[in-house]
Amino acid sequence: MSDAATARKPSQRRTLGWVLLEFLGSMNLAITLLVVVAIASIIGTVLQQNQPYPDYVLKFGPFWFEAFDRLGLYDVYGALWFIAILGFLVLSTGVCLYRQIPGMVREMVRFRTQVRLESLRGFHQRAEWRLPERVPPGVLAEVTSVFRVRGYRWRIQDHGDHQVAAAMKGGYQRLGYLFTHAAVVVIGIGGLLDGNLWLKLKEWRGEIAVETRDLAARDVPPLSRLAPGATPSFRGNIMLPEGSAASFVFLRLRDGFLIQELPFAIELKEFQVEYHATGQPKSFISQVRIHDREHLGDRPLDATIRVNHPLIYRDYAIYQSDFGDGGSKLELRLWPLTSDRLEPLDVRGEVGGALKVAGPAGPLGLELAEFRLFNLLPEPGAKSGDRKFRNFGPSVGFKVRDAAGEAREYLNYMAPVQLEGRWFFVSGVRARPGAEFAYLHIPADLNNSPERFLRFNARLRDEGGLRALLARTPTSTENPDFQRDLNQVRLNLVELFIQGGFAAVTERARAVVPADRLQEATKLYLEILRDTLAEVFIEVLRAEGVNLEQGVGEREDAFFNDALSALATLPVYGSPLYPQLTGFQQVEASGLQVARSGATGVVYTGFAFLSIGVFLLFYTSHRRLWAWIAAEEGGSRLILAGAGNRRQAEFAREFAGLEAVLARRLGTPEPRADN
Amino acid sequence: MAVTREAMLEHWEQPAFWRRLTVWDALWALLVIGGTGYAWWFYQTQMDGYEVAILFGSALALIAWGLYWKPARLFALAVALLTLLALWRYGTDYEARKSVFLLKYFLESQAAFMWMSALYVLATVVYFAALFSRSTFVGQTATALTWSATVLGMTGLLTRWRESYLLGADIGHIPVSNLYEVFILFALITALLYLFYEDRHRTRAMGGFALLAISGAVAFLLWYTFDREAHHIQPLIPALQSYWMKIHVPANFIGYGAFALAAMLGVAYLLRQRAEIRRPDGVLATVLPARELLDDVMYKAIALGFAAFTIATILGALWAAEAWGGYWSWDPKETWALIVWLNYAAWLHLRLTKGWRGAPMAWWAIIGLFVTLFAFLGVNMFLSGLHSYGTL
Repeated sequence: MSDAATARKPSQRRTLGWVLLEFLGSMNLAITLLVVVAIASIIGTVLQQNQPYPDYVLKFGPFWFEAFDRLGLYDVYGALWFIAILGFLVLSTGVCLYRQIPGMVREMVRFRTQVRLESLRGFHQRAEWRLPERVPPGVLAEVTSVFRVRGYRWRIQDHGDHQVAAAMKGGYQRLGYLFTHAAVVVIGIGGLLDGNLWLKLKEWRGEIAVETRDLAARDVPPLSRLAPGATPSFRGNIMLPEGSAASFVFLRLRDGFLIQELPFAIELKEFQVEYHATGQPKSFISQVRIHDREHLGDRPLDATIRVNHPLIYRDYAIYQSDFGDGGSKLELRLWPLTSDRLEPLDVRGEVGGALKVAGPAGPLGLELAEFRLFNLLPEPGAKSGDRKFRNFGPSVGFKVRDAAGEAREYLNYMAPVQLEGRWFFVSGVRARPGAEFAYLHIPADLNNSPERFLRFNARLRDEGGLRALLARTPTSTENPDFQRDLNQVRLNLVELFIQGGFAAVTERARAVVPADRLQEATKLYLEILRDTLAEVFIEVLRAEGVNLEQGVGEREDAFFNDALSALATLPVYGSPLYPQLTGFQQVEASGLQVARSGATGVVYTGFAFLSIGVFLLFYTSHRRLWAWIAAEEGGSRLILAGAGNRRQAEFAREFAGLEAVLARRLGTPEPRADN
Repeated sequence: MAVTREAMLEHWEQPAFWRRLTVWDALWALLVIGGTGYAWWFYQTQMDGYEVAILFGSALALIAWGLYWKPARLFALAVALLTLLALWRYGTDYEARKSVFLLKYFLESQAAFMWMSALYVLATVVYFAALFSRSTFVGQTATALTWSATVLGMTGLLTRWRESYLLGADIGHIPVSNLYEVFILFALITALLYLFYEDRHRTRAMGGFALLAISGAVAFLLWYTFDREAHHIQPLIPALQSYWMKIHVPANFIGYGAFALAAMLGVAYLLRQRAEIRRPDGVLATVLPARELLDDVMYKAIALGFAAFTIATILGALWAAEAWGGYWSWDPKETWALIVWLNYAAWLHLRLTKGWRGAPMAWWAIIGLFVTLFAFLGVNMFLSGLHSYGTL
């Protein structure tokens, strides 16, 4: 792999070992490997690595999931075939080094006094002088004194019929090759030592097994635990709630995990997030305390860990890598949405926990998934470039699971949100993980509560109450039969509406009315429905004690319209409950990463080699000069020739200067035949 | 060549480095030392050991740069004076940018970037005009335009650095933290690299092609400014609050700039070759830069880019070891950096050991730019990972 290819004797026997060495050290293989590693690396950047396995199944389907799993594509950079290619690159570079080192060293130290006239005449940089005397004694001294000025070292050899002064400088340029290529080998080996080869080996020997069940750390069997120092390198994570401590981290591996035990315990005293005035996070800070009886005795070590400022303790590095909820205590009021009676249920729970609650149609599981104190989101209605953000306040994320095990995911904001001048309780819902949330906007009443809307909703579901209400309504017709039919229609419309929104009403119209009268009839249906709903709403307002002598005010009117929109969305919302977040006590958790890297020193040595090598390789030049002198008829002939392996233009300039100096001392050189 | 034979002989016989220095060299060094000393004397109470080391380290680097490449002095001086002027007009009031004439229309970072953009685009056109008209004067104009654009762009970047501190002491940071800022850095570095090769090879024939890459960056920048309003100064996210950013990012952009330059020269190479085959006496075959020159500069640019990119990636690994818990995480950005590195490593092997030259290498340099572009932009746009700071 060098421009100074070493000559090989043709008589050398081509044993299998030699052929193998030849193949591994060949330039073509090296370039092929460079390109193959580059292409193989792309896979892991296109396919997101180390995601939960069910996500992959969802994405690719069972067949391709299995196929990709076999190929190790979910952790490409840990896959044996990838490591093998990398290993091959390192091996090829190593073989190349092994074969080139002797030649390179020779090239660096030898002066090449055995040079033939023809080859000198083949150099691009050369000059010839015809001197009048037979080998004047001072000429070589003259030439070498010029060599010295330019920093060249030289050797003179007398070959009998001619003398040669062979000079060179910048031989360390050859170290550039050695340093860069050795760096690839060193970094490669260091990287392999720091990789997960140790775990693979232990797994293969049956010493450990990946735990794929969802177990608490203390229940994980010993086969899935690694003692401190079991491998020289690891990188694991732990999520610590404030006030708790742990002496282990989780190593995620494929579709499961291992537990790496630490020789000390990390206690999280406090986790803080600081914010800029604009609401963006400014810093994540963990105040930790390290307990290590063996090394610290009874005096634990207090330290602060921030992003970019890890704590190095013994040879473990502890990083701030994540944050989350450490089991915040939440108070929730569960409002029924599908019942005719508004009897809310107050419950308490913890993030990460699940509650069993009685739903209108059987028991429901309420799984509290997350709590957030701040929700900095783009201003609604702003253009994407505006970069306007608003803090929407605390939110709770939860899942409601019915008896059949079907779950929907919800995201409820605690405080009402102002939109277009009115206030709403916002709740998002989605049936599939990763899908977009669909939002329900419950208008807030004067007490900043969703209660008025919910009472209105419950009232609409109370059939008896509705009948009574309709019967009381003053009628414009004298015909009791017609009145009864009309009331039935009104009841039916309300029923349709609360079951399926406006869509259900228009659907019904389409089913029962001939096409030519459809538009007219739909309009009529909607008018009747709206009137009926308005009557119920007025009833709700009356029950609240709102003074309606001046008629329904503008504010109530807007509320009514918003309530209708929300009611129309309820069937899509799909939850029989609306859990309102009424109180919380936040408990934060800090995600810490603990790493131990036994081969960092090896890799960094490689880095140093590479940095030095690259500059030697490109920005220094190994230059050689030869002065060849021999007697010829009626005088003697001096030939000056030279070559550099980099920076040709600079060498040409140097050579021209050298030629000019000698021309002043020895006379004009002979004109060159080729220019 | 401008150097006379006598001068060369002088050089030959008196090669000692310090003897070749002129009064101007000494003045340059003294000026930088003076400026640095003043800064140190003035701010030493605010600086820790690292910062003092960085201050003096950068002073030495600046002196060396000016000695190695003379035009760098005038450039540094112009940038320093304009920046100081801007800072003086700013005082401590960020809102001065709206009321002070000089700031509003010239030196406020946004205004300076607009000037820079306009001048680069103009320079591109003028370079091509110089190429086809073969006029030295037009060529000199193009060079002057490029220098002016670079001075204003660099002034804008430095002023922006100060502006971020005027917004709030805890917001202030070096302006290399998002896609908008690094695109400006990219344009400036590419321009400086080009100007260096223009000066060293005494030809302006490559100018149009090099500036085409810069104009591309400018087009993106304008879209990013006007459509996405990306030019607002944002506070740093915690992951970027580190010293490493100051060296990791610029080192990377020396690489990106050099690779972009090499690719544009590859385009020029292929055009020239095509013209020589089709119409050897045509305009294109004679005005485009010679193939040997393009081949040589292309190699130099890739070698420089490769060296810088190697250092940048190593710095990135060292930073990752401090921020993400390991020097290598196979994060998409890291992986693509490796892919870029492997790609140019293969290119250099083919050239240096297999002796490949000409069209295949030119094509490869062009493809290399697309690989680089994906590492630089594509990863942020299409892939997620730890490096997700620069989304569009």
